[in-house]
Amino acid sequence: MSYTFQFGVIAQYQDVILSGIWLTIKLSVMSIILGCAAGIVLASLRSVRGGVVRFLVDAYVEIIRNTPFLIQLFIVYFGLPGLGLRVGADTAALIGMTINLAAYSTEIIRAGIEAVHKSQIEAGEALGFTRFQVYRHVIIIPALAKVYPALCSQFVLMMLASSICSAISTNELAASAAFIESQSYRSFEVYIVVTLIYLALALCLRAVLALVGLWLFGRRVARRTATAVAEEAA
Amino acid sequence: MTFRTFGPDEFLFLLSGLQWTVLLTIIALIGGGVTGFLIALARVSSLQWLRIAAGTYIQIIQGIPVLMILFLSYYGLGLAGLDLPPLFAAGASMTVYASGYLAEIWRGCIQSVPKQQWEASESLAMTRAQQYRYVVLPQALRISLPSTVGFAVQVVKNTSIASIIGFVELARAGQLINNATFQPFRVFVAVAALYFVVCYPLSQLSRWLERRLHVGSHR
Repeated sequence: MSYTFQFGVIAQYQDVILSGIWLTIKLSVMSIILGCAAGIVLASLRSVRGGVVRFLVDAYVEIIRNTPFLIQLFIVYFGLPGLGLRVGADTAALIGMTINLAAYSTEIIRAGIEAVHKSQIEAGEALGFTRFQVYRHVIIIPALAKVYPALCSQFVLMMLASSICSAISTNELAASAAFIESQSYRSFEVYIVVTLIYLALALCLRAVLALVGLWLFGRRVARRTATAVAEEAA
Repeated sequence: MTFRTFGPDEFLFLLSGLQWTVLLTIIALIGGGVTGFLIALARVSSLQWLRIAAGTYIQIIQGIPVLMILFLSYYGLGLAGLDLPPLFAAGASMTVYASGYLAEIWRGCIQSVPKQQWEASESLAMTRAQQYRYVVLPQALRISLPSTVGFAVQVVKNTSIASIIGFVELARAGQLINNATFQPFRVFVAVAALYFVVCYPLSQLSRWLERRLHVGSHR
């Protein structure tokens, strides 16, 4: 093989890479917060109300979970303008990521809510808790603590999947890589470097999520989060 | 200037794209299944260095985007002087991707076989290979079915990423049709519907298997 690797070339594109990393982090953090909040609301709605609400939430979850993220992005970015809603690439990425993550979070949190034993709720009522207190202290917080590791795995997967947003011209990290490649023609080197950055981001995100878990739910949950490599959300 | 509209012919083109999606999924599941199985065995091996190596592989694959695996194999194979069609790069990277996740799923299944089963088979003077072959793996296989089918859904969806390196499967076929018709909403909803038609039955199968398994187990 006569090819010589030249990683030095990439150093001059430091700014492009840094701005890509920054947008990837911004999109991930915002979609995690919004998606998780939406997941809590939808999973709660679903458990409180039956009938039409439950059907609609389930339909939403199933549709999103059974179609590719790339196509969801295409519909948001290319499809919505046809309906009169024009959004920029960054906004489209954030909308797509939030819609996607909300569906997965709903499914995970639903499983947590269903795992709360009926006797716990009865015990809460027997202690004179109001419905809201029962919901808050007996149902949702223990449910979240139980599924937190699975949620975290999903968050990391979402951060990694944000690379797909480069296909709709969002200038995040993967798009930075494509740009540098088109300028320097050092494709393999660029993608090696960017892949390592993603790996570092994934490890950092996992560590941060474990700390957040420690702060929110205490030590037991944090340890499970740190050791969980890929808990199947399904 | 007139554009094509999204009609039956265009839909047929999408269906031909779907064939490639299915083929790529099958390649990924077979390739990733074989490699993933070996890595899962390495992950629970009695040799420490083998366990660490397999664990590192899994951590790396699960810590990088599928898109990066695709680009690396696409350009990497080119650098190695191999002039291969995109199907090969796509198949290779989906195999690598699937192996990292299947290995971890199956490791969990192997380890969830109760310890007494190992001890009982050991007391029958079985070799380690025999223990795997006759005692542990048949039970692990049963446990692994729901999550493996569930992961197959992820693979079907992630094959869409191969469109970014120019492999004409369902997502890429949708883009091509969209470029000719300029009816993005209609085209991509049709594409999404086709993915749904493949993925939803698999998801339901996974769920059904999981329910059945819970009924059968004594836990």
